[in-house]
Amino acid sequence: MKQVSRRDAVLMGVSAALYLTVSDAAFATPAEAAAEIDKFTGGTEPAQGNISIDLPEIAENGNTIPLNITVDAPMTAESYVSDVLVVADGNPNPALAKFHFTPLSGRAVAGTRIRLAGTENVIIVAKTSDGRLFTDRKQVKVTIGGCGG
Amino acid sequence: MADKPRLKLPKQAKKGEIIQIKTLVQHPMETGLRKDPDGKLIPRKIINKFSCTLNGKPVFSADLEPAIAANPYLEFTAKVDESGTFKFTWVDDDGTVTTTEESITVS
Repeated sequence: MKQVSRRDAVLMGVSAALYLTVSDAAFATPAEAAAEIDKFTGGTEPAQGNISIDLPEIAENGNTIPLNITVDAPMTAESYVSDVLVVADGNPNPALAKFHFTPLSGRAVAGTRIRLAGTENVIIVAKTSDGRLFTDRKQVKVTIGGCGG
Repeated sequence: MADKPRLKLPKQAKKGEIIQIKTLVQHPMETGLRKDPDGKLIPRKIINKFSCTLNGKPVFSADLEPAIAANPYLEFTAKVDESGTFKFTWVDDDGTVTTTEESITVS
């Protein structure tokens, strides 16, 4: 094995530190998640509640985590849940998905499987056709992240 | 996308019934963040849109991001008032569109 000189060792330390700061910067902050939500709500503060989020409390594998959302609101032609935004505040990209419902959906429920980079909050914001907004959040503890890091 | 998308929904329903639909399509959902063994970024390739219509009327759609797990699975509901055909569409980043249809009889 090649002898590591003192100069090499210092360089290695510096590049490791740089790498860490750069890879940290690649992850979204709660502020970015909030910006994503603002874009969706148009700046209005959504009301808490009316949403149930079905997510495991602890996920061993961040690569596939079952997520089920139910928005408790009527689905009639006059008033229905039109859009639901799913955001995570610690993923490289805060937006996870957007679901669009119509009165033909019958109920505002949707299920999928998501990737989470680490322990973080999943935030749901729902918008109704007559302009009401609801939100709720849930924290998931992730043992192994699922974003290729 | 070599494999046919998998669908699960009832063949028959009563008028006004709310049915559950489950869909799954084979796709790697490459995030664009992973690196290959040479350290090069693997380009992003995901299904970015899904939609479901009944007789041409929109029922449910979704905009997907790289944070959706590989082989994207979606479940949702539909209120059926008439017999007809559900059409399911998946749109890939590269523009490939996969569609399947399934008919339902409403009594």
